[in-house]
Amino acid sequence: MSELHTVNKSPFEKNSLETCLRLSKAGSSILLYEDAVYGALKNTVITDLVSSAAGDRKVYVLEPDLKARGLSADRVIEGVEMVDYAGFVDLVDASNKVQAWV
Amino acid sequence: MSDTKKFMFLNRRAPYGTIHAWESLEVVLIAAAFEQEVSLMFVDDGVFELVKGQDTSEIGMKNFSPTYRTLGDYEVRHMYVDKASLEARGLTAEDLVEVEWEDWETEETVDNIVEVVDSDKVVELMEESDVVFSF
Repeated sequence: MSELHTVNKSPFEKNSLETCLRLSKAGSSILLYEDAVYGALKNTVITDLVSSAAGDRKVYVLEPDLKARGLSADRVIEGVEMVDYAGFVDLVDASNKVQAWV
Repeated sequence: MSDTKKFMFLNRRAPYGTIHAWESLEVVLIAAAFEQEVSLMFVDDGVFELVKGQDTSEIGMKNFSPTYRTLGDYEVRHMYVDKASLEARGLTAEDLVEVEWEDWETEETVDNIVEVVDSDKVVELMEESDVVFSF
C-alpha cells in the first residue's frame, strides 16, 4: 500500500504540483485532475520536473479532464498514465492514504 | 458625441477549473451588445480557453468553447494571444480555434481574428484601451 497524492490546480498558476513533487516519497502515486492536467503536457516549462518525478513515482492524469480541455493523448508526457473515473477509484482503493494538494 | 469606448477583456484563467473564463465570455457578449469596441486578450492560462477540440461530455459541464467562434458575429474585431504564454505551455497558433469576422455593411471579411502577439504589442494594446476588464 502506498500513498496517493492528488493535485487539481494548474501548475502555471499555483505551485501545488511543484510542492507535491518536492514533498512526495519515491514509490507514491500522483494523480493530476481538473486544471492540474495541464501539468501532464509535453513541451511546457514544467515538463522536465514532471518527467523526472515520473521516474520514481507513478504519475496519472484523469482523461475526462484532458478531453474537456481539448488535449489529446499524444500531448501527454511519456510515462504519465491516463486513467478514467473508475481508474481514479481504483487508485484510491489501492492506497492507504490520500493526500490532496489543493 | 461618441459613447463608444475601447474595452479590453484580459483573460488569464484556464476554462472549467474556475468560473472566470465563462464569466468573462458572458460579459464580453453584453459589452458587444451595447456596441462598444471590444477586444479580447489571452495571457497566462487564459490561452487554454482557445484550445481546439474541447469535449466536456465526461465532466458534466457545459462546453462553452464554441461560443468563442461566434464572437466575430458579435462584432468583436480582435482576439489577441500572448506569444510567451503560449510557448510556456507547449502550444502554437495551430492549436487554437479560428474565429471568422465579417462586417455586415461593407461585407469586409477576415478569415481569422485570433492573432498571436509579442509582449511589446500586448503592452501597447492595453495602453490603447480605455478600460481593461480582468478575469
